[in-house]
Amino acid sequence: MSQLLLIDWVLITALGWLSIGMVGVAFPRNFILNSRILYPLGAVGGLVLALIALTGIFASPQIRILPLGMPGLPFHLRLDALSSFFLLLLGTASAGISIYAAGYLRKGDGTAPGLQCLLYHVFLASMAFVMLADDGYAFMVAWETMALSSFFLVTSEHRHAEIRRAGYLYLLVAHVGAVGILLSFGVMAGVEGDYTFDAMRDFSSHGFWPTIAFLLALFGFGAKAGILPLHIWLPEAHPAAPSPVSAMMSGVMLKTAIYGMLRVSFDLLHAQIWWWGVLLLLLGLATALFGVVFSAIQTDMKRLLAYSSIENIGLIFLGFGLTLIFKSFMLPHLAALALTATLYHCLNHAFFKSLLFLCTGSVLHATRERNLGKLGGLIHRMPWVTWLALIGVLAASGLPPLNGFASEWLLLQSFLFTSGLPQGYLNMLLPVIAGAVALISAFAGFTMVKFFGIVFLGQPREEKLTQAHDAGRLERIGLLWLGVGCILLGLFPNVVIVLLDPVTRLLVGSGLRGTAGSHGWWLLAPISQDRASYSPAIFLGSIVIFMPLVYWAVKRFYHGRLKRVPAWDCGFPLQTARMQDTAEGFGQPIRRIFSPFFKRTREHPSPFDSQPRYLSIVEDPFWYWLYLPIAKIVERGTQLIAFLQQGRIALYLLYSFITLLSLLVLTRG
Amino acid sequence: MNFYALFAQLLALVTALILAPILNGWVNQCRAWMQNRTAPPLLQTYYTVSKLLHKDALLAHNASSLFRVAPYAIFSCLALASAIVPTLSTELIFSPAADAIALVGLFALARVFIALAGMDVGTAFGSLGSRREMLIGFLAEPALLLIFFTTSLISQSTSLSTIVATLAHRDFVIYPSLAFAGVAFTMVSLAENARIPIDNPTTHLELTMVHEAMILEYSGRHLALIEWAASLKLFAYSCLGLALFFPVGITEVADPVSLAMSGVILVMKLAIGGFMMALIETLSAKMRIFRAPEFLGTAFLLAVLAMLVHLLLESGK
Repeated sequence: MSQLLLIDWVLITALGWLSIGMVGVAFPRNFILNSRILYPLGAVGGLVLALIALTGIFASPQIRILPLGMPGLPFHLRLDALSSFFLLLLGTASAGISIYAAGYLRKGDGTAPGLQCLLYHVFLASMAFVMLADDGYAFMVAWETMALSSFFLVTSEHRHAEIRRAGYLYLLVAHVGAVGILLSFGVMAGVEGDYTFDAMRDFSSHGFWPTIAFLLALFGFGAKAGILPLHIWLPEAHPAAPSPVSAMMSGVMLKTAIYGMLRVSFDLLHAQIWWWGVLLLLLGLATALFGVVFSAIQTDMKRLLAYSSIENIGLIFLGFGLTLIFKSFMLPHLAALALTATLYHCLNHAFFKSLLFLCTGSVLHATRERNLGKLGGLIHRMPWVTWLALIGVLAASGLPPLNGFASEWLLLQSFLFTSGLPQGYLNMLLPVIAGAVALISAFAGFTMVKFFGIVFLGQPREEKLTQAHDAGRLERIGLLWLGVGCILLGLFPNVVIVLLDPVTRLLVGSGLRGTAGSHGWWLLAPISQDRASYSPAIFLGSIVIFMPLVYWAVKRFYHGRLKRVPAWDCGFPLQTARMQDTAEGFGQPIRRIFSPFFKRTREHPSPFDSQPRYLSIVEDPFWYWLYLPIAKIVERGTQLIAFLQQGRIALYLLYSFITLLSLLVLTRG
Repeated sequence: MNFYALFAQLLALVTALILAPILNGWVNQCRAWMQNRTAPPLLQTYYTVSKLLHKDALLAHNASSLFRVAPYAIFSCLALASAIVPTLSTELIFSPAADAIALVGLFALARVFIALAGMDVGTAFGSLGSRREMLIGFLAEPALLLIFFTTSLISQSTSLSTIVATLAHRDFVIYPSLAFAGVAFTMVSLAENARIPIDNPTTHLELTMVHEAMILEYSGRHLALIEWAASLKLFAYSCLGLALFFPVGITEVADPVSLAMSGVILVMKLAIGGFMMALIETLSAKMRIFRAPEFLGTAFLLAVLAMLVHLLLESGK
């Protein structure tokens, strides 16, 4: 075979990433080579991958078998529309993040730059392999490589104890999840033990086996995506990791879990059962609500964004569940609408959340501060970062005409036109859930105003903030790429729908291309124009025309001057920066309204205290309800079997001998 | 896209820009009469805006460019919003560009800008107002969306023009779902427009302010735009309520005669609606800010109820 197929090009790109990493680790201390040459090369790799994936979406599926790995177990690879779409997401988002990372990474006491370069690019390549894998073995190898490389990236600053702790937690949850995925593949592979996805597709299982496979996959991929109650690692790992890594993990890696879940539920399992969808719907709703309530009260900016990622994953799972429900009731067009909204939101979240994480990275570099209560007023010192963060914030709040709104609009549409399901209760439940989605997205607006207002607006809360510097040139390019992506994805929803059409056709057997494209590029009307339509281009266009018009009119007729004066604040002369609202203050109404959600410890000082200290800690209740009891049980269990560990090699040899013997006895019969 | 539709669209925009301050003046007048006070003139909002436009704008030292952009952004958003709402006719050019959900998004965009502007100078009252505004906003927005969902389920469309046209063609009987939705909508629009019982537009006590606290630092032409935008918001909400729940007199064809007719009917409806609003404001007292979630939660539940009532009782037919 002389001609190179698209899938070969994807492989070459992934190998290119690996070799960039190899070059990096060959010169581990060469900072200039690593940051100024290798990372931009990685970004070029991302762009190339995005271009290949763009053509791959419309191409027919391609298969490759790599003679790697163990004898008799080659790697099966396959490129179809679904994997192409997620490769596109990986390529476009990683291009921006890599170029930003080139400017972001500094010399520090953490992992050597060359090693970090290797880990970063292995991380990228392993995600590409996850999306290509066509058998359980290749998938698990890529999946574990992804988990391990990202673990080492999270613990870059491994000299700090809390970062090691966060990394450990991440590794633990990732591996518990991986066990779930492995078992799910095991169930689907059936008795023959053929782990290729092709065999799993052919495997027509009966009874409860598909449900068990689905639930195991949900557990495994849910742990990676961060659905309730397996979200616990996200708010720990994201603040610990360097910002480009957080951006990559939140923007792209969480989506690999969505990819895996889609692959298992729609491609590998044939018959979907409607209550799977309801389960996902309820889990997604709980996750989204929990995420947004918690993100509203955070005081650490990266934790806030991490909880906001949990919220968005919840929204994605809501759309996913809806798709499953429609698919199981044989309503392909509605399923296509819901799936389009879901995948569109994946893409949008990759852009705006990466953008926001990278903005926090710039703020972190400029101020060495993650605590919202010690920031403020950065709009004067960091205009680039501020205005680009504003784009991300508006997109994350789901406001028109940016991309977050477009996907939420589609999601709400798919919730609204559901009448006609054979289940009466579902007909009633779905519009009410749409109301909850509206609540969640409005709540996200509150959180994002808090984030942006406290970090960038107001007066600087600390003296050192007046010395903050704006992002460097490479960082700006990365931020601009993602910010412009947010705007374009919002302005041209029909282009995205055309891209998603082959994917939805592959998974649910119908697409929106025909109906959505029939009204011109500027009008998004997924079902018909009478039913619902939205045109971001006209929207933005009229605001863009109207604003200068008003400005001009006011300037033309009333040329009043501008005077700079001290702030008024109702005539109160003694204002200090400490009198502004803090992050805690901004979250206070939420703490009050949603108090059952939180585990809260408070210490009030006594009135006679000469040095009063007020303490209020709000924690995740899942630690106490779920994780600490489990940890206690595990600890008790290990104590029981601890006598096995005697530290003598003869004893361990004896154990192996006994194991071998008993296996022989067992398998002989 | 025909000429009349364009004409109707421009007319709707101009009507909104002109009528909105008068509606504000009318509500204030009614309220003053009911409270045995001497009423300000009907055109008082115009006088205020014009006075402010002639004055110099004072900017705090710390105010950023966002602070200066925000009034224009807010004004444009709300002007566009009032152009989308079917006030006179349902044949509008902008109607396919934004449906009910996008309209709610537009209101939210304006709210986010005003809240950010409130936090920009970095005073104690500004950020306090922003926090409260966002709190009220995120509770009111889903209730408003749910009301739209109920009407969308009735008309099988989220396009405002189609919703209003469908509702206007139904037989004139009281639909329980619309009754619930109407009550919820009244509560939401009181909250969203900074009216009693959530906020007091004429307050002078800083600690209870919401809307006024955010705009404390504005002056001159910026304040004029914000005042005008606030009256546009009230106008848009009033017209929305009238169009959804009393869709009498909104034409479907955009010829001058029927437009003039519907203009006359609109003024009459607004006069009655403004009087009712003043009545509500006179009869109720302002709540503590922490009662606001209960108030808006009630609105939310009423909207859910409206939707369920529609699904249970009305959709079977």
